[in-house]
Amino acid sequence: MPRREIFTMGDIACAEGAISAGCRYFGGYPITPATEIAEWMAVRMPEVGGAFVQYEDEIASITSALGASWAGTKAMTATSGPGASLMMESVGLAVMTETPVVIVNIMRGGPSTGQPTRGQQGDVFQAKWGSHGDYQIIGLTPASVQEMFDLTVRAFNLSERYRVPVFVLADEVVGHMREKLVIPDEKDLKLVDRKMPTVDPSDYLPFKPGDDLVPPMALLGTKYQFYATGLTHDERGYPTDSDEVQIELITRLSEKVLRHVYDIIDVEKYMLDDADIAIVAYGTPSRSARKAIKDARAEGINVGMLRLKSVWPFPEKIVSELGSQVRHIIVPEQNMGQIYYMVRAFAAPTPIHLMTKPAGTPQLPDEILQKIKEVHSL
Amino acid sequence: MSVKLKDMIQSPQIMSSGHRMCAGCAAPPIIKIMGFALRGPTIICNATGCLEVATTIYPQTAWRIPWIHVAFENVAAVASGIVEGINAMKEKGRYKHEHVDVIAIGGDGGTFDIGFGSLSGALERGHDFVYMVYDNGAYQNTGIQRSGATLPGQETTTSWAGKAEPGKRERKKPIAEIVAAHRIPYVATVDPFHYRDFITKFRKALEVEGPAFIHAFSPCPRGWRSESSKSMELAKLAVETGIHPLYEIINGDEYIMSAPSKNLTELKPVDEYMKLQGQFKHLFSPQWEDFRKQVQEQVTADWERLKKKCGIA
Repeated sequence: MPRREIFTMGDIACAEGAISAGCRYFGGYPITPATEIAEWMAVRMPEVGGAFVQYEDEIASITSALGASWAGTKAMTATSGPGASLMMESVGLAVMTETPVVIVNIMRGGPSTGQPTRGQQGDVFQAKWGSHGDYQIIGLTPASVQEMFDLTVRAFNLSERYRVPVFVLADEVVGHMREKLVIPDEKDLKLVDRKMPTVDPSDYLPFKPGDDLVPPMALLGTKYQFYATGLTHDERGYPTDSDEVQIELITRLSEKVLRHVYDIIDVEKYMLDDADIAIVAYGTPSRSARKAIKDARAEGINVGMLRLKSVWPFPEKIVSELGSQVRHIIVPEQNMGQIYYMVRAFAAPTPIHLMTKPAGTPQLPDEILQKIKEVHSL
Repeated sequence: MSVKLKDMIQSPQIMSSGHRMCAGCAAPPIIKIMGFALRGPTIICNATGCLEVATTIYPQTAWRIPWIHVAFENVAAVASGIVEGINAMKEKGRYKHEHVDVIAIGGDGGTFDIGFGSLSGALERGHDFVYMVYDNGAYQNTGIQRSGATLPGQETTTSWAGKAEPGKRERKKPIAEIVAAHRIPYVATVDPFHYRDFITKFRKALEVEGPAFIHAFSPCPRGWRSESSKSMELAKLAVETGIHPLYEIINGDEYIMSAPSKNLTELKPVDEYMKLQGQFKHLFSPQWEDFRKQVQEQVTADWERLKKKCGIA
């Protein structure tokens, strides 16, 4: 398809991004405020020769996507808080079986049923640590309709490259806002497909990694015979209770992500060059922060923003450098403070000021401006 | 039954007016009718859904009896816990009521789909409670998505009708029969038009020892694109066309056809039911003529099968 411009909502931009990235399988379940993604996929998947299937719950939705991924399709599911909670065991399964899958969480107020129609950023830690055991995932945080498209494309690319579940973590405001979306010409999109084995089937070891720590992935029903399991397994895929294999496996599963942070981490530095106060934000609060920064600068305060377009793996080095550059850091989050703790861990001893707002209305520009002034006077 | 229907309908209503359910929604009348069947202290457990949301919008509640909202997938499990918790309190001599009825209510999404595992587990364990599904044929609360209760030919936002598809193609789960297959003491189908039948059955459900299940048919003007004044007519038509026949199943294998269904000399065409609803409109185009016929054949075949099970020639 050639380049197109449309006026649409974040959820639909996400679905279109997935289709442009080559997603041809969507397993879904209705849940506010992510339902529009499923509804749009129900229209679009048949048009592009893909499959939309609605399941009986979110556990089935995500695991069906894992099955589709092993069958060779780029696969996605989309949900919100309660559904994301149900999916957590399968996130671990995807990590352990190294299954490429994209999970979209349009974050709403929690815990439990919370505020289904209002936005929040309460699931950022859940995405990283919600399943049991030690592992790494990738988490991207769009802040606009365009980024819902762009970062969903990126989510597929990263998921395919590293064989790891990738979360698109958008708050409800981003999911439901309407803005202009530019869908690029398909020739201009850089797409990544998973690495497939090229060795003779008799030499194939399904979980033997390449230099990038990522093993080539054979598909079900091809000439390669293999065994995939959520149990700790060796390079052949066979379960074992060996300490050595467990340590080697879970170390590699984390390292294959952490060793490529230079490729994964995505931040925007906004007016940071001369800043002595920095705001670290993502999603909707970053939009308020942008306005607050302009207003503060008009009053002569040197403030800028480090906007996180990816939160997992956490941009430790960038935040640490920011800590040594500025006098103060302000973290406005639509939760009780989650990324705040990560910033504190890496930017200390620079004072970190948390602005919590675990509610549907994000921090307003004036509220952030007020905080900037308050911090500036310290 | 020792209590007369005429006395039961004198009992105070369990739901107040002023709730925010849509005009014409059949769920509030279903709750009202259910309320007439209650026999004493009762606790309601409500899965996530239209009924839960729209009857309890802050800072008000329409419920006049103890009520707990749980998640989407676990109302039968919470009800199990309440039943057993009360039993434990009684054992300790720390419970003032001699008997408390526990009722779990879910929509079709929360019952046919996401809550099905929890329901099946509770039935197998045999807790003494009543589970009622109010079935409006789709996930209406999130904006009309297909469910395991959606009928073939029904258009929803995840089973679109158009040139390529006639809406949902798959069958509706025969939930009452699936539940009855657990060999629980009592299963019945009801609808709000036939309220006498409904009250009588609900009272039976409360009175049996062990789990009981009520499948209540609940027209939804918003999702079905029907006139809000036609909901009771649609409930009646669902029975008369065989879309939702009324029957009881005792101990899993004794099928009894209820009077409103039994007294039908023959079924009305399903077209009469479909014509009142926008969600079936596309089926009346020449393209889906055959599909509509297939739906009719399926309904007729299911009706004949049910009659056989009920011992009606």
